Amino acid sequence: MSRSADVRTRPAVARIAARAAGGAVRVFLVLTGLFWLLPTVGLLLSSLRSPSDIAAGGWWQVFTAPARLTTENYAHLLANDTITGSLASTVMITVPSTLLVLAIGSFAGYAFAWLEFPGRDWWFLGVVALLVVPVQVALVPVSKLFGAVGLFETTLGVVLFHTAFGLPFAIFLLRNFFAEIPRELLEAARLDGAGEVRLFTRVVLPLGGPAIASLGIFQFLWVWNDMLIALIFADSQSPPITVALQQQVRQFGNNVDVLAPGAFVSMVVPLVVFFAFQRQFASGVMAGAVK
Amino acid sequence: MPSTAPTRKGSRNRSRNNGRSRTVAAGFLLPALLLLGALVVYPIGYSVQRSLFDRSGDSFVGLDNYLSLVTDDSLRTAVRNNLIWLVLAPAVATALGLVFAVLTERVRWGTAFKLVVFMPMAISMLAAGIIFRLVYEQDPDRGVANAVWVGVHDTFAESSGFPRARPLPVHPLKAAGGGAFVTEEPVRAGEPVRLPLIGVAPAQMPEEARPAREPAPAAGTVVGTAWLDFTRGGGGRPNAVDPAELGLAGLRIEAVRDGEVVARATAAADGTFALPADRVDGAVLRLPASNFREQYNGVEWLGPSFVTPAVIGAYVWMWAGFAMVLIGAGLAAVPRELLEAARVDGANEWQVFRRITVPLLAPVLAVVLVTLMINVLKVFDLVFVIAPGSAQDDANVLALQLYRSSFGTDADLGIGSAIAVLLLLLVVPVMVFNIRRLRREARR
Repeated sequence: MSRSADVRTRPAVARIAARAAGGAVRVFLVLTGLFWLLPTVGLLLSSLRSPSDIAAGGWWQVFTAPARLTTENYAHLLANDTITGSLASTVMITVPSTLLVLAIGSFAGYAFAWLEFPGRDWWFLGVVALLVVPVQVALVPVSKLFGAVGLFETTLGVVLFHTAFGLPFAIFLLRNFFAEIPRELLEAARLDGAGEVRLFTRVVLPLGGPAIASLGIFQFLWVWNDMLIALIFADSQSPPITVALQQQVRQFGNNVDVLAPGAFVSMVVPLVVFFAFQRQFASGVMAGAVK
Repeated sequence: MPSTAPTRKGSRNRSRNNGRSRTVAAGFLLPALLLLGALVVYPIGYSVQRSLFDRSGDSFVGLDNYLSLVTDDSLRTAVRNNLIWLVLAPAVATALGLVFAVLTERVRWGTAFKLVVFMPMAISMLAAGIIFRLVYEQDPDRGVANAVWVGVHDTFAESSGFPRARPLPVHPLKAAGGGAFVTEEPVRAGEPVRLPLIGVAPAQMPEEARPAREPAPAAGTVVGTAWLDFTRGGGGRPNAVDPAELGLAGLRIEAVRDGEVVARATAAADGTFALPADRVDGAVLRLPASNFREQYNGVEWLGPSFVTPAVIGAYVWMWAGFAMVLIGAGLAAVPRELLEAARVDGANEWQVFRRITVPLLAPVLAVVLVTLMINVLKVFDLVFVIAPGSAQDDANVLALQLYRSSFGTDADLGIGSAIAVLLLLLVVPVMVFNIRRLRREARR
């Protein structure tokens, strides 16, 4: 075989091989994507079936009898005071925890980035060291502490705990972001006679917008999705939704008509946040996952 | 770290400025330092100290609580499971993330795929736990994992038709050990054989089963009937083919002579069967045990032996997307020219992946692995929610044991604190790494 023929046929073979490989990749990705969706779809379809249908067989039976889907589980769920109360508790815990972390974190972040005080770098190293401290270390000591000051099983207690453990990451992220603000901008404002507080609210906070947004989304989802801290510190009479559902899981089997819609309701807010703020969500999760 | 030293304007001015800015700095820092001090730093000291005391907290026991992590059986299970988690979960999630990241790069709708795989990161471990409780339900009619598994299993292994079917004492059959039955007498050509059984619920009978009949004797064959000797509503005679009784369609029948199978047959819809007389005459008929095996019921995912891998599966479902997105970001930074150059040099895709992409991604892969390891160390919610009460001992992990020891019925704060300190010690290397990186950046 001559050399030139070899050169001419090779690209054709390579092209066919590449196309076949590309097809295989597509098929693999489609199947894997469906596989990844399957558990969630199962939950959604289960939540839309009547209790007797759930008892009779798996959610895939809806594909043979689609007319049997019903929203009555959701109606029951939202008429249930325990569940609606627990959703309110979740909001009451999540919103203040997020705002407090943002406020206190940006105060401290600003101080570490732009204010002069002795031992500043050492203090900051201390905060960075706390980044990876597991919450588990604090469960027992803080429950004793809260017990002593009357914060155990209160919303304020849960909020304070979440805030404290959200702070190291918040301070770290915001200090680094604030430090990137051009010095001239701050100097100009100082020359105009702006005090530190004014400088912070008028210059630093507006410029820190993107970082604060990412952090806020991360902290919001973190607290919304938390179960462990609420399990220990939240008021057992009005626990957040995660704990309320967890208590239902103990009798798993005959209460799928409560658990499936309940889980889905608890997922709605995170999913909306996820799809609405994909970029901020991703950057927040990337930076904060060590928590 | 950018230098933030104020411009020097004169010492008097500076000292006054410093005094004021110190007060301002204290004001800005105070809330953070108070919260961190009271709820993060103080607890570390408390836990370290408490871990050295016994259950009551009165007597000093040194490192006994830590030693019991390896000597006590249930604690050792937690440690062992955590090790399994630590080895399996980050590696599998990272490997999948790498594969997904590399493959989605070359597909136009890769973003949609990424969205699907990344989505579980947004939901709570509790919701994921409930999702997987449903997936892992034991009953193949309800849990999708077993539905698929049993489906695959039954495709490759013949399923048995008649679990729990058995003869009555008046029937001409006896147990042959191992779940099989044989005829009491050898069979003869010209004498129709009766193989009656009971114990099959009408709903469990094969759909194709028809009313049984006794075939007429035919030359050269041994014929017979295998049927369900039970008339619904009563009135049937034992050991006789009554009109309403159904044939055991599909029942497998073997002729055995001197311990060897000499012929095989399968009962027809009406229960009749025929065997060649020249080989079978004088042999006994056996109904092999494969007819009567219990229906295959799938894997007990949440039973003692599979519960940890099952929960790890749920974890991988949640966190593979995290690995994928981080690795994808790293991949975007890999210079295209390098890959193209290798392709031009004749490297195939696998070689490009193995020799260029993976080595260039090594730092990112390390970050992902370490992050997942820290995360896995503290895994609690998923185990707590997915493992049923009866399997929690088998699925136990350190964070779960910490919860039980600290807040459970058999509370031992000494043990709980020791586990807390252990979890902290295990992340100290990462802590040191973070600090060093920061100081390196500051020096620049």
